[in-house]
Amino acid sequence: MSDKQLKGQNFNTFMKGIWEENPVFFQLLGMCPVLAVSNSVMNALSMGMATTFVLVLSSTLVSLLRKLIPKQVRIATYILIIATFVTVAEYAIQAISLEVYKNLGAFISLIVVNCMILGRAEAFASKNKLGKSILDAFGVGIGFTFAIFCMGALREIIGNGTFAEIPVFGENYEPWVIMILPGGGFFALGVLLLFVNWYQQKTKKGATK
Amino acid sequence: MSNPQQKSTSTISMLRTLAGVATLSGFLIVFVYEFTFPIIKKNRAEVLKKAIFQVMPAAKSYKKFAEKDGKLVEISEDQEIAEAYYGCYDDTNNLIGFALEASGMGFVDIIKVLYGYSTNKEAVIGNMVLETKETPGLGDKIEKDADFVRNFEELDVKLTEDGSKLQNPIEVVKKGKKTEKWQIDAITGATISSKAIGKILLESTQKRLPVIHKSLDVLGASK
Repeated sequence: MSDKQLKGQNFNTFMKGIWEENPVFFQLLGMCPVLAVSNSVMNALSMGMATTFVLVLSSTLVSLLRKLIPKQVRIATYILIIATFVTVAEYAIQAISLEVYKNLGAFISLIVVNCMILGRAEAFASKNKLGKSILDAFGVGIGFTFAIFCMGALREIIGNGTFAEIPVFGENYEPWVIMILPGGGFFALGVLLLFVNWYQQKTKKGATK
Repeated sequence: MSNPQQKSTSTISMLRTLAGVATLSGFLIVFVYEFTFPIIKKNRAEVLKKAIFQVMPAAKSYKKFAEKDGKLVEISEDQEIAEAYYGCYDDTNNLIGFALEASGMGFVDIIKVLYGYSTNKEAVIGNMVLETKETPGLGDKIEKDADFVRNFEELDVKLTEDGSKLQNPIEVVKKGKKTEKWQIDAITGATISSKAIGKILLESTQKRLPVIHKSLDVLGASK
């Protein structure tokens, strides 16, 4: 394989996670934090970054150890690796900001059971070389962060009239409080999925013409 | 049908992998913990300091006390004890009350709060949740629900004449049923969490206010 082909393949691996195989928009994985912690832009970004951190480091270790992990104990090993990095992330977030730690609450620990992370370890990192696994994990992590950011922005702008705590509308704007409540999470996700699927179909139709 | 590869994997190999990864995991977690612990400790102290002035708004300074033989003695701020008493002073250096940490089991995990006790009003005048893992959207209303937070603007915790116990124990009632100053209106949909806050405050005030009462003359509190 030529260098150009290899670079193209690596680029595709990275980009797939961001859009084509976006874990939230197209695979509907990791819905629990997406719905729960997306009530503000800052919370959404913090959760996205914490998840990406765990995803990249666990994929790295799984890929490095892939030839040493017997199939029979692979799931237990992956969970152990993921739980380790979640604990590391938990301490790191507490050291960076207790406010963020308090806002994300139980959802930091729940990254352990985010099926997107175990999914990438099982489906990709355990079968591919280190570099490719890191690229894949970064792509999926950025895709996840992008999706949760969209949710956070939509909910905070409509539900609180602000973007990252900066007022967007004038003082006369009456916030739709429902949008930052759990019900608003489902509504925002529905709207985003509708838009993303409509856009995807439109571009597919355009490509076949 | 049996998988030939599965048969060929030895028990030792499986144990070695799991033990190896677990050991690596242990080293990494302990290393990160050791590295971040002093930073987290410093962050917590800053948050606590901010919280003290929030639950005791009239306070301008505070001193840390510990209980010794049933009375309060001043200790240095760095000294770590399980149940510290933060004596709060106004701008004329009069003791106006205490900020007290308390904790107890919530619906999900331990809830840790800091509440302000005014010696003048003999009431809880502020409450702040320091740590909680209650269910987002439900249990976490204990710190976000404005009506619930209002319960702690002046929650009666008067002691009996001999100062040994509360005249009226704090009780949590259904939302809208509060008739007395020592009652807390619960949150609809987060009853367990709101009852947990009531229980935490009741247990803490019953145990600690008599100690404060015994030391007030020595400390020179405003009454």
